[in-house]
Amino acid sequence: MAVLQRKSLSGGRLLKYTCVFKQHSEFIYHAVLLSFIGHPEIFPLVFTTKTQEIFNCRVLEDVTEENCFKLIKKEDIIQDLKTRAAISDFHPVKKVVLEYPGEELLVVFDANFQYGQNFYLVASEEAKENLLKPPENTEEKEEEKEEEEEEENGEATLEVHPYKPPVHKPWVSLGSEKEVEEESVKDTAIKYRISRVRRKFGAPITFTDKNASHVKDSYIECTSYQDKAFSIKMLEKNVGIQMVPKVREASTQTKWTYPKNAATQYFPRQLSNEEREESLSSEKLKEFFTSVHLRMEIALQQNEIMNAFFDDWKALAEDESSSGGKPDIYLKAYQSFTDLHYLKDRTISCVCWHPTIYGIIAVSARQRLFYEEQVNLSDKSLLQQSVILFLSFFDPIHPQLMLQCSEDIYCFQFSPSDPNIIVGGCINGQIVLWDISQHEENLQNAKTDADGVKMSAIDMPSLIEVQECSTEPPLVRFCTVSSIQYSHRKPVTDIHWLPDYSEANQTGTTFENKAGVRVQLVTCSPDCSILFWDIPATKLPEQPSSEKVREEEMFDMPLHVPDTLNQLDLCWKPLIKVLHSLKTSHFNISHQPLTLEFTFLASQDGEIVYSDWKMEIETDLAKTVSQKYTIHTESVNSLQRSPFFKDIVLSIGGRNFAIWKEGVTTGPILQSSCSAGRYTAGQWSLTRPGVFFIGRDDGNIDIWDLLKKTYEPSHFQNISKSMITFISPCIASRMFMVITPYCAPLFTIWPMTLWHTNLCIIAWYVFFLQCMTTLQKTKEDMEEQENADYIVFLDLEMVMDLGLVKGQEILFSSDA
Amino acid sequence: MLWCPLSSQAEVEETLKRIQAHKGVIATMVINAEGIPIRTTLDNSTTVHYAGLLHQLTAKARSTVRDIDPQNDLTFLRIRSKKHEIMIAPDKEYLLIVIQNPCE
Repeated sequence: MAVLQRKSLSGGRLLKYTCVFKQHSEFIYHAVLLSFIGHPEIFPLVFTTKTQEIFNCRVLEDVTEENCFKLIKKEDIIQDLKTRAAISDFHPVKKVVLEYPGEELLVVFDANFQYGQNFYLVASEEAKENLLKPPENTEEKEEEKEEEEEEENGEATLEVHPYKPPVHKPWVSLGSEKEVEEESVKDTAIKYRISRVRRKFGAPITFTDKNASHVKDSYIECTSYQDKAFSIKMLEKNVGIQMVPKVREASTQTKWTYPKNAATQYFPRQLSNEEREESLSSEKLKEFFTSVHLRMEIALQQNEIMNAFFDDWKALAEDESSSGGKPDIYLKAYQSFTDLHYLKDRTISCVCWHPTIYGIIAVSARQRLFYEEQVNLSDKSLLQQSVILFLSFFDPIHPQLMLQCSEDIYCFQFSPSDPNIIVGGCINGQIVLWDISQHEENLQNAKTDADGVKMSAIDMPSLIEVQECSTEPPLVRFCTVSSIQYSHRKPVTDIHWLPDYSEANQTGTTFENKAGVRVQLVTCSPDCSILFWDIPATKLPEQPSSEKVREEEMFDMPLHVPDTLNQLDLCWKPLIKVLHSLKTSHFNISHQPLTLEFTFLASQDGEIVYSDWKMEIETDLAKTVSQKYTIHTESVNSLQRSPFFKDIVLSIGGRNFAIWKEGVTTGPILQSSCSAGRYTAGQWSLTRPGVFFIGRDDGNIDIWDLLKKTYEPSHFQNISKSMITFISPCIASRMFMVITPYCAPLFTIWPMTLWHTNLCIIAWYVFFLQCMTTLQKTKEDMEEQENADYIVFLDLEMVMDLGLVKGQEILFSSDA
Repeated sequence: MLWCPLSSQAEVEETLKRIQAHKGVIATMVINAEGIPIRTTLDNSTTVHYAGLLHQLTAKARSTVRDIDPQNDLTFLRIRSKKHEIMIAPDKEYLLIVIQNPCE
């Protein structure tokens, strides 16, 4: 498609469109021809040879394709017209020539018959000049555009030029009038087509004229009829429908019966300041206050005292639910203790918290032995000096105090009534007593002396080693040691102070201790004897009863030293000796007043004896009722009474543990299954009933919560690599417990309160009752047991004559 | 409230201060027989709110007590709610209202 030059007649500027005539291969000449037929400026002419000779525009001689322009004077043309009139070639354009304003007319040789003839006349000056001159411009432009002409045509230059808005131009016809004319209806004759039947072809026909006014209504028509030759059934017809909503006007009237308030607005009445003041100062107000303020204050105070509507039961349940999730049961080491000097190569045999002073722990160490050798402990002779160390939280390195003894201490206890009296059981069977009243103040000040410098002149009547350097803790020698002859033959495995409300005398009767001071202790040992000891009287503050005086006579008491205790060295004898066939390793005293009943004895062979004996004064024999149970496979490590229930005892030994209740003679109320490792230590939790800790030989601590699971520990945690030997709870604070591993010279204190205190004692007790009801032995079994006991008892009567010393012996009947 | 140096008023002030000084007391109000506050420690709108409501409640409570037994009379009214306790000591002409938070 080509865009051709437009030339305006009105004299406007010639719009410069590219006129690329040269390379239009697709140029459609016919289209161009038609568009230029009505063009006013270009007049295609045919020049005959004669005309060409006249005007010197002979083809290919004067005028060539390149040199196609020829200017001919107007006068010449007019002359020619006059000369040759009708045969002149310029005849068709005569008028144009005559009207031409200029002098010369441009005739262009149309070699390509662009306009239909071989020459064309340009009828306007501007066009002439444009043709003559711009070909130079366009030629230049064509050369420029040749490169970019491939893809686009005339529009390219339009983009280069800045956009000019179209200017109003007159209508330029491009040849469409012909078509319009063809289509338009003109006032021409109407053509009719009439056909006749075939047989009348050729027959004459007559036509007549009729005036329209002769017809009625001056109207005549040729009606249309359905052409039978042409019948197409319209199968589908498009129909348009419009929907219009029906609008209807209606009206109604309501009746307003009565007016009613839909909303009310109000504001409160208020007193003015004067009125208020008047009220405040009135007498009536004063009387009112006088009468009312008392009631009000009572009510306020009630609220201050307690919240009467507080639901304790619900609060308890909330505590439970909040701890129902995974509790934070991680034992964390609070403090580690070690002492390189005294605890080197030793194992800790017993740990006790100081009952009253917070933060003081007493530790006894003994030779580290293999398990098998422990049984034959009494055969060993120990040369190393053995001590009990007092260590403080605040100074874990330096001991605060040292208690000296000649033998290794296997176990020791503070006296509950006087924490300055400590009694310990040795490996060779002796009992040792210390008194640290002089050091009590130092211990209490241990917090402040964190550096561990304890320089104090100790004024003890017994021999005290003088301190050589300031880091040496004060050494306290024992006050009393029992006589070897009358002590145990084997190491003292357990030592307990008697409850302070009961006391035993020589004859074995128990009576109430009115002094309120704990004066007696009981020891047991695997040599099958249980000894009652009496604290030497002079040490005790009050000695009111006469029985006490009588007991004093038993002891040899030199007189010349005011403090006579140390003279009782090696003279201290037990009060009562009880023979038993059990190699007792632990025992536990019941807490019932006025009667002394050993309830649980645990032996090295794993037997538990529940004995309920009552001593009678008259007879030497004691009527005993005892049951022996072999639950544990190995020796019993610990026998612990529950701090919440006075009649529940936990025994740990070998690979299992058992829980016993006093009064239940059929066996343990709970017995655990054998575990993979050995249990070596155990302790009830002081804050939660139903929770106890068991130490194992692989250094793990099992935390058992019997209210949650009875078949496996609720949690276990590894404390150390070696066997746990001892767990001791702190009664003073109930917060911590000491766990001592076997191989390490150090021991650590662990916080014991893992959860908040859960006071579900009722639930715990119910649990125990359930345990008991499941253990129902048949009646026959119980009878059998009783018979067996009696037979054994008769046998052992004969043993009474053997090895008796002063004091009464009570036989226990027991049978393997 | 305006301060007027009369002795009876001083006593009243002292009593009110003492009541206000109790532990947990949030507010104290004195209302006359018609429910118009005379003396208060709260802001005006809250006081008016409380006064209007509690005055009607006290009247209802009193009428209940007296309806059951005409010889009886209302001496104290305590309303315990989740957050605090409202204590009302009624009298012939006035009403003393104290709001206390009892939770320790």
